[in-house]
Amino acid sequence: MKTNNLKFLLISCISILFLLGCKNENKQDNSTVGSDTTSENKEEGQAFIEDDEAVPNVLQIAIGSPDHTTLVAAVQAADLENVLVNAGPLMVFAPTNAAFDALPDGTVDNLLKPENKGDLALILKHHVTPGNYSKDFLKKFKKLGQASDLNTTVEVKDGEVYVGGAKILASIPAGNGIVHVVDAVILPPAN
Amino acid sequence: MKKSNYFFVTVLALSLIMSGCQQGTNKSSNGALASSAAEKVYVAPGEQDEFYAFLSGGYSGNLTVYGLPSGRMFKEIPVFSQFPTSGYGYSEETKPMLNTSHGFIPWDDLHHPDISQTNGELDGRWIFVNGNNTPRIARISLATFETEEIIEIPNSAGNHSSAFITENTEYVIAGTRFAVPVPQRDMPINEYKGNFKGALSFISVDQESGRLDLKFQIMMPGFNYDLSHPGRGASHGWHFFSTYNTEEANSLMEVNSSQNDKDFIAAINWKKFEEYVNNGGGSKMATNYAHNVYDDRTHTGTSTMVKEVVTVDPTQVPGAVFFLPTPKSPHGCDVDPSGEYIIGAGKLSADLTIHSFTKMLEAIENEKFDGEAYGIPILKYEDVMAGVVKSGGLGPLHTEFDGKGNAYTTFFISSEVVKWELGTWEVIDRKPTYYSVGHLMIPGGNSRKPFGKYVVAMNKITKDRYLPTGPEMEHSAQIYDISGEKMQLLYDFPTHGEPHYAAGCPAELLASKSQKIYRLDENEHPYAVANPSEARVERDGNEVHIYMSTIRSHFTPDNIEGVKVGDKVYFHITNHEQDFDVPHGFSIIGQNTSELLIMPGQTKSSLWEPKQVGVWPFYCTDFCSALHQEMQGYVRVSPASSNIELSWSLGED
Repeated sequence: MKTNNLKFLLISCISILFLLGCKNENKQDNSTVGSDTTSENKEEGQAFIEDDEAVPNVLQIAIGSPDHTTLVAAVQAADLENVLVNAGPLMVFAPTNAAFDALPDGTVDNLLKPENKGDLALILKHHVTPGNYSKDFLKKFKKLGQASDLNTTVEVKDGEVYVGGAKILASIPAGNGIVHVVDAVILPPAN
Repeated sequence: MKKSNYFFVTVLALSLIMSGCQQGTNKSSNGALASSAAEKVYVAPGEQDEFYAFLSGGYSGNLTVYGLPSGRMFKEIPVFSQFPTSGYGYSEETKPMLNTSHGFIPWDDLHHPDISQTNGELDGRWIFVNGNNTPRIARISLATFETEEIIEIPNSAGNHSSAFITENTEYVIAGTRFAVPVPQRDMPINEYKGNFKGALSFISVDQESGRLDLKFQIMMPGFNYDLSHPGRGASHGWHFFSTYNTEEANSLMEVNSSQNDKDFIAAINWKKFEEYVNNGGGSKMATNYAHNVYDDRTHTGTSTMVKEVVTVDPTQVPGAVFFLPTPKSPHGCDVDPSGEYIIGAGKLSADLTIHSFTKMLEAIENEKFDGEAYGIPILKYEDVMAGVVKSGGLGPLHTEFDGKGNAYTTFFISSEVVKWELGTWEVIDRKPTYYSVGHLMIPGGNSRKPFGKYVVAMNKITKDRYLPTGPEMEHSAQIYDISGEKMQLLYDFPTHGEPHYAAGCPAELLASKSQKIYRLDENEHPYAVANPSEARVERDGNEVHIYMSTIRSHFTPDNIEGVKVGDKVYFHITNHEQDFDVPHGFSIIGQNTSELLIMPGQTKSSLWEPKQVGVWPFYCTDFCSALHQEMQGYVRVSPASSNIELSWSLGED
């Protein structure tokens, strides 16, 4: 891990140096051509602002967790990064890698295909509530209105909270809401 | 965790930089397209912008004026907040403008500007704005950019679904966001449900003078009335309000007001209410509110307390109010240029709900109701709904129109503007905003005749868009070219305060009618000095009135003696300039208000209460002329027991 990071540092430093030259050329261009503000990058928006001072947001928490690599890959495949760094507040139910593994074989691979981006986005949005409630406070609810535009259930069994059937395992406050780690993928109700 | 974060950031930094570089290389092959964005917003030195844009200042309490497409800010118009830059709210003449039933209130939260209309088209006479916090509506002259009138709204709180005007500027409409006890009284908060009321106020506008008159208030159920827009064309005579908290919760609203799957858009046939009131309907209720009017002849505001208001129980006017079920706590409530479609933006939803005015009338005709709320018929969602825009975005807020059959909606959570087509409800284009957009504005985009060339997106969050020193940043706006099929992001510019909404119009509508000076021979201020020979100082007990005039580059008089500690000294200054853009300023050491900025031909007054013996200078604060630094004077302040006579002079030794 350590050596990997170092390598990355090195590569990035070199690249930055190399690319800075490229940037300067741009500047010269600008004086005659003007800047094209209209081109859009996939990696543009709030999610890509460097900020190591503020409390991590829900996206940064997910990215930082070794138990959520599948979720993060899915969020990136669905281009939902910028949504998750919004002012929100956002409450994200974050299924663990094990939760994704428990889905029928091939489900995740299938959802990650570009042609299924819409379905993937819907499922992921079904894990997001506009709001910020602690596990304990969630006990007041019977249902939650999700960003998928669909409702999901809230149940309390033996003092534990289940959202859409998924049990809350841990909760991490975030700069723009809260992440509840859950043990299952919450599937939208079938139409 | 830290390490992985760093890893991620590094990858991002790399990819960002690389894509930046790619842009650079693309540029050479894309030169014409690339240069077009810059050219489209470039207004050469000395050239003028194509549009005026009026952006609300939100918590600044004021209205800001910009040019489009340049994004240059021209002016901040003081409305609900004291403004030391001009002395608004500090000068004796303008203090009454901020009077309310709660006393002198020097601040408010200004949200929604709306330009006056004739036949549903912008006419450029006035712009109306609302103060949210201590409910008020203001009228601003578009000839002078001066606040001419402020009327307080009784029985209201959080005056949010305001200030929207009907298509001939018959009424300015102001709806309450917070339901409150009417009349206000001491009662338990948890008895809200059924007892609090939501007042919708109809303020008539005199077509000549613009004078406002609170004609009647409809006492609706205690929901939250969020935003509203007038009907136009066929739906002229109706007004539509979005509501939330139809649950009538009073605590932890973010949970309890979102329990119903659908709230309502309230459709109000105001012509029926008007007729009812004109025929003696409604009841007169005792109340107390301020009505403040500024007269540009006397250059003075006066505040009058009004003690009565006509209220109407909506159930007493049959066929005049209906509820249209609308999903997910709708925020924006926008009406398309034809007046046929009413767009509800469920802010906790991904979709937009569009109601049809024609279908609404049919459902009313056929009495197809789905129950009632407090005696007000609820129409069936399926009967009035014309379509749903499946946007794919999150958190829709506001919609404006280009007049070419398209609508543009902001999405707060997914930070984007989505262009869609009226009638087919198909999404045509979407562009990101930076970041978390609230409102958007197309000049005339809330009228029968939009000028669909640009849309301005007003964002709540700026972060890294400009040089990044914070923590608080001015909000960012983006301007997009919408003349083509796809939107093109042209330019970013910072805004002042928090723009909640904006209104824009072609520059030519206002520029030619702009007033350049106030005529001195029309000045009817009681303390005006028509000629420098009339300049004088008078004592009335411990009040000292200084009748002073200014012209480049001196005050008349400039030296004054005989003032004593404990006096209340009023400087009444008439600017004798009759030249465009030559104001004079006035300030004196220890003045605990602000400077005065006096326009050509105007008289303004400042109160000074000297507390220390001495010889105290005053000077002109506006660099008026080559001899501006010579424009000064002294006031000699003697002990309270002194018997030095008043004297004044100019140019005497």
